[in-house]
Amino acid sequence: MPKDGGIGASTKRREDVRFLTGKGRYTDDINIRGQAYAHFVRSDMAHGILNSIDTAAAEAMPGVIKVFTAADLAGVGGIPTGWQVTDRHGKPMQEPKHPVLAEGKVRHVGDPIAVVVAETLDQARDAAEMLDIDITELPAVVDMRAALAEGAPKVHDDLTSNLCYDWGFVEENKAAVDAAFASAAHVVSLDLVNNRLVANPMEPRVAVGDFEDHSGNSTLYTTSQNPHVIRLLMGAFVLGIPESKLRVVAPDVGGGFGSKIYHYAEEAFVTFAAKQLKRPVKWTSTRSEAFMSDAHGRDHVTKIELALDADHNFTALRTDTYANMGAYLSTFAPCIPTWLHGTLMAGNYKTPLIYVNVKAVFTNTVPVDAYRGAGRPEATFQLERLVDKAARQLGVSPVELRRKNFIKPDQFPYQTPVAVVYDTGNYDATMDKLLELSDHAGFAARRAESAARGKWRGFGVASYIEACGIAPSNLVGQLGARAGLYESATVRVNATGSITIFTGSHSHGQGHETTFAQVVSEMIGIDAGQVEIVHGDTSNTPMGMGTYGSRSLAVGGSAMVKALNKVINKAKKIAGHLLEASDEDIVLKDGKFTVAGTDKSVDWSGVTLAAYVPHNYPLDSLEPGLEETAFYDPSNFTYPAGAYGCEVEVDPETGKVTVLAFTAADDFGNVVNPMIVEGQVHGGLAQGIGQALLENCAYDAEGQLLSASFMDYAMPRADDLPMFKVDHSCVTPCTHNPLGVKGCGEAGAIGSPPALVNAVIDAIHGAGRTDVTHINMPLTPARVWSALN
Amino acid sequence: MTKVSMTVNGKAVSRETEGRTLLVQFLRDGMGLTGTHVGCDTSQCGACVVHVDGVPVKSCTVFAADVAGGHVTTIEGMANADGTMGRLQQAFQDCHGLQCGFCTPGMVMSAAALLAVNPTPTEAEIRAGLEGNICRCTGYHNIVRAVMQASGQASAAVAAE
Repeated sequence: MPKDGGIGASTKRREDVRFLTGKGRYTDDINIRGQAYAHFVRSDMAHGILNSIDTAAAEAMPGVIKVFTAADLAGVGGIPTGWQVTDRHGKPMQEPKHPVLAEGKVRHVGDPIAVVVAETLDQARDAAEMLDIDITELPAVVDMRAALAEGAPKVHDDLTSNLCYDWGFVEENKAAVDAAFASAAHVVSLDLVNNRLVANPMEPRVAVGDFEDHSGNSTLYTTSQNPHVIRLLMGAFVLGIPESKLRVVAPDVGGGFGSKIYHYAEEAFVTFAAKQLKRPVKWTSTRSEAFMSDAHGRDHVTKIELALDADHNFTALRTDTYANMGAYLSTFAPCIPTWLHGTLMAGNYKTPLIYVNVKAVFTNTVPVDAYRGAGRPEATFQLERLVDKAARQLGVSPVELRRKNFIKPDQFPYQTPVAVVYDTGNYDATMDKLLELSDHAGFAARRAESAARGKWRGFGVASYIEACGIAPSNLVGQLGARAGLYESATVRVNATGSITIFTGSHSHGQGHETTFAQVVSEMIGIDAGQVEIVHGDTSNTPMGMGTYGSRSLAVGGSAMVKALNKVINKAKKIAGHLLEASDEDIVLKDGKFTVAGTDKSVDWSGVTLAAYVPHNYPLDSLEPGLEETAFYDPSNFTYPAGAYGCEVEVDPETGKVTVLAFTAADDFGNVVNPMIVEGQVHGGLAQGIGQALLENCAYDAEGQLLSASFMDYAMPRADDLPMFKVDHSCVTPCTHNPLGVKGCGEAGAIGSPPALVNAVIDAIHGAGRTDVTHINMPLTPARVWSALN
Repeated sequence: MTKVSMTVNGKAVSRETEGRTLLVQFLRDGMGLTGTHVGCDTSQCGACVVHVDGVPVKSCTVFAADVAGGHVTTIEGMANADGTMGRLQQAFQDCHGLQCGFCTPGMVMSAAALLAVNPTPTEAEIRAGLEGNICRCTGYHNIVRAVMQASGQASAAVAAE
């Protein structure tokens, strides 16, 4: 029977009521008395010398308060990068300055040049038309290999080249890997592209800056996944405001998928301008602006090779990847193609030797950073495409080749050759579950039925593993992180027994207000309705690193559990005093403290009241009150894993691919709210299928962004997708966090692209066209038809 | 500026309005009805869908003045008379048909308009009917289930569960 509350229950989401009745409070719903409006004027050229900006005519327009250019931002620092990668020769990456407004040069279409602040948004837009901006256009670099060629135009004149870093991992293994390839019985190689994507949460970014003249305090309301991180980066590195004078609020946020992790120029600008003008300043992104100013995702070009012995055991893996950084380094950009990508190249397999080379390249394009999965989809896609190609080349079953090389359940904890240690898993179990749920046994009959209609049916599988619950701070510090990756929580028990949880995690669709309350309800034994979850405001939550990398429950939830345990320990002491028993004999169950083996008991609310009305209380040994804070720093990553299966039909006449069925069998460890977990997988699958079938962020050779609206960038719509079959019944609990949870937010987007492409190749091979071994995403009708003809 | 009058969620309203003011601006900025959202600028995403005289309209694409004299319903007008959520809203919660909530008002308004003309749609008809609304969170699976439930059809009617 499903539970009706606590851990494991599909509790309906409490936040839904406000969203369904129009009462959500998103950043654009915030308007402050006296607020002015900012309109950013952006470069329409990919690369050029910014000669001059004449603002006089614009400033004379009705309603204009001030026009800002870089010259008006004296004392404002550049946008910082949160990670420094060291290259394969031991040198630090090249790190260019990223000004809030362009200084001297523009480096991508969308690079902000000036800001008009006016009484109304229309006035600001009208005045922007009057700006006289003189730019000498320069040749742009868009293609990564061309950007590294001798004599290529440089995105940053003060750097030695467009190479950010040349990373080798594990560099010491390189010779052994090359030797393994030289003696391999079989070598399989694949060249592929991981297409550039735009995250496109449905809520565009918004920032409202406010300044209190009497206190000197600044407040930024922003669409962020991590308000504390923005406070730290913007306060310390850009504006020079101490945390004590700066409040960052991220209220209801309409999706993020990574794109709202980063600190953006617009946030710094409105905070700065509000202080300068002594007025609130608001900026709301249009969707077109979002396409040219939100950090993009993916954009890798890779050659990957697999060495196998005569028995088809994987003996070595070698990759050569170019990763696009865009024109500037976004907050976590350098870490995505390295530590979140190279460390996952073992996948679910026992491959003993691995060498990953990544060249990160500056180009005249929008900066690229984490997008749902962040490095792990890129790793999984190339590996799972290659394993599939190997099976076809060797004439063996793609499922059996995977099984032969899977790490087996008795081999955990498993030290991979790429640094990480998988704590637990069972990859055969999820593969078994996938084949069962997708009715693999009936596929041949379905293929015949399609063939009778002139259609080619294919079935593709992919295994995946990801590293979530980021991350051990001391480890990431060694790897170049400039931040810790713990999480914190404060549990405030109120006098009448209700509980307010203050968490550093941030919910922007994940349903924390419901799931975190379920955990509290389970641990204390009170109704979840007595538990309030507060997040998203640096003024009332403890230091937090925010929500990304499927980390909220694994790290933020663990911090909350740790603080709850402190509360419970203290509450037991109070209960022991009230019941005249040793606190070691006190048991908390179903909201009641009992002396073990007796019928002496006191209710939760009796203890909480005593804590705040300490008349009968051990004041000599215990402070009044019941409130605890805990920081949790994980000892390892978590490793969700699974097997995905996609069934497609290809129309050989048109090249159109139709997804008929998609099945996901995941091991997320323990699950708090199955309904929400399944919803996370559905959303991830849609984004992964979108990448594989529809979405592509395209630039022309001059660096013009060709896909800058929903007219040109194909978002998955309801009629592009099937109903999904998802399962999370294969459970190997995480061994190192208190809830045994692994994280589920990104899996769908990681495992689905290779499964889909493998299915299309299977369909094409099934029709006898074994000459087609790969098609680059997205698999549009034009691309599939071209591959066939 | 001209005076534009209309009925919004059953209440008569009248405001001085610029000719270029869009209906969505009239609702959000003028009336403070912030449940209607703007997710794009090309009439593609559907986050701004409201009903004008019972017909779903992308409120980012019509001038407020063009709706003068009309009856507009927004997400704020979809609850039951006693303030509880309507059947369709309740189905979205029951089926987990929303995550971040940003597309949700438009999605509910489009689904309501679909059910008004087709009270028992098939899965394919629901997907086609919501083709003008983009959701980035749910993959549409649970939205389809919600519309099925709201139309009184068992979720077993959906092809794969």
